Amino acid sequence: MTGTRREQVVLTGRGLVGGVAEGEALVTREAISGWGGVEPRRGRVIESRHELVGQSFAGKVLVFRGAKGSSGWSGMFHMSRLMGSAPAAMVFTTMNTKIALGVVVTHVPAVTDLDGDPFEVIRTGDWVRVDADRGQVIVTPPGR
Amino acid sequence: MRLTDDERAMLDGAEGEAVAAAMDLLVRYGEVLGAERLVDTDNVCGANLFGSRHSLVCGSPTPDAAFSEHSLDAPTVLTIPPVKAQSYQLIGPMDTEHWQVQGLPQAEHDEIMASERYNAEHGIHLLNTCTPYQVGNVPLKGEHCAWMESSAVVYVNSVLGARTNVEGRESTGAAMLTGKIPYWGLHLDGNRHGTHLVEVGVPVTSNRDWGLLGYWIGEQVPEEAIPVVDGITATPDLVRLKHFGAAAASSGGVEMYHVPGITAEARTVEEALAGRAPQVRLRYGAAERQEAYEHLNATATDTDVDLVMIGCPHATLGQIRDVVRLLEGRRVHDGTELWVFTPRALRHVAEQNGYAQALADAGALLMSDTCPAIGQFLPNGTRVVATDSAKQVHYLPAIMGVQGLFGTLAECVDAAVTGTWRGDAP
Repeated sequence: MTGTRREQVVLTGRGLVGGVAEGEALVTREAISGWGGVEPRRGRVIESRHELVGQSFAGKVLVFRGAKGSSGWSGMFHMSRLMGSAPAAMVFTTMNTKIALGVVVTHVPAVTDLDGDPFEVIRTGDWVRVDADRGQVIVTPPGR
Repeated sequence: MRLTDDERAMLDGAEGEAVAAAMDLLVRYGEVLGAERLVDTDNVCGANLFGSRHSLVCGSPTPDAAFSEHSLDAPTVLTIPPVKAQSYQLIGPMDTEHWQVQGLPQAEHDEIMASERYNAEHGIHLLNTCTPYQVGNVPLKGEHCAWMESSAVVYVNSVLGARTNVEGRESTGAAMLTGKIPYWGLHLDGNRHGTHLVEVGVPVTSNRDWGLLGYWIGEQVPEEAIPVVDGITATPDLVRLKHFGAAAASSGGVEMYHVPGITAEARTVEEALAGRAPQVRLRYGAAERQEAYEHLNATATDTDVDLVMIGCPHATLGQIRDVVRLLEGRRVHDGTELWVFTPRALRHVAEQNGYAQALADAGALLMSDTCPAIGQFLPNGTRVVATDSAKQVHYLPAIMGVQGLFGTLAECVDAAVTGTWRGDAP
């Protein structure tokens, strides 16, 4: 982190699952495993050597590369929705079938194909509003 | 997404509410992918065996409710008709014979058995394995499939040349009822060529070697990469490629690879890369092999082994026979368990061949239908698990909070017999 004050930034991309949601960002450049990488009751990352291990995405805007690992990815995020621990929204960079089906069944706003690098712009703890109807991600650093 | 007339009719309810809900899910999913259309499939592998974990969260205990929610993402409880496509049940939560070893209560057993009957009544073939290609579902080169189970997907794409993306429970549920899946990704010719060239500079011959190589590649390449493995000097077999693909699909997201001269769609490196230069060249030598070994054993600090797990992905008859031979004249240590997992159909063969009895006589147990990671069960008090599977040692510590040790089959059987891990790095 530098000492410079960061401004509000708007990224635009492709909205995948409609709706608007906002929350604190949880950011990782790594892909996330669903089945065997996430514990759905509390929405915690459990993959042994993942940089988010032990942290929960429940109610947060999850900003990540995408989905890896088991085909149980969608089922695990589907379960997190039914247990009330899904992320508020998802912002990701790499499309594949696991993440596509995952965002569909999680029923939360999701945006990809952004016009800027979300990992450069969004930091964990920023307040992020995801307007998937317009394909917009509005990033407000703390204190702004 | 463009729909054909029959797909449009299904979406509009011509074949009932459940088929309409299935088509609706496929349309939502296909549009997120950016697929232009759907493709016909008559080969679907999914996971629809439900217990209390699934029924509790959908507010209704009926099997129709569980299928509607978990397998179709439908907003209401629908009456599910018989499946349209040839459909197969993958690995599930319970060994129907040794369920008490898993510590399952009677009520949970009864609920899963009811779910199994529901699947059978709907025409879903009960293969109950992560390796359908071992027991009656061997897709042809070019066949469009809709499969879950990342280790099976990477196997049939690469080794057999069948075509499937890594599907999920909801997309395979919908494919079972409609015979359709989005025409995207690995269904298309142009997406099946190699992208990353891996130049192997050390001998890769044993099951362990292939597991280490797969685990390392999965860590190195992005999820969308198709690695081309060059420098393999000894022809592998089904078990080695089963371990290799499962490992690469666990540490990363590899869904297809080429081993030129061995796998289905490339005779040469040039053909694998479609005549283009690789996006990235990677070199796999002794240092990289050591790195993979250390990563796989990173959760272990103790050497007192409580459980030895063999059969991830599910063991072949040859692997079962190898365990039997390694155990000859020896006995599993008191306080250590040796569990071997295989498809239900192969357990029956193993029983006919006397392998199941030989294992039991040595204090080991042959199980089927499930595994400790999928079923989330271990012997009481288990702290340390040893296995010859990179995939199982990747997942079990995360799911069950245990230490994991990875090595050869011989090292694993030795640990089962002595109670102590004495494995060495390659």
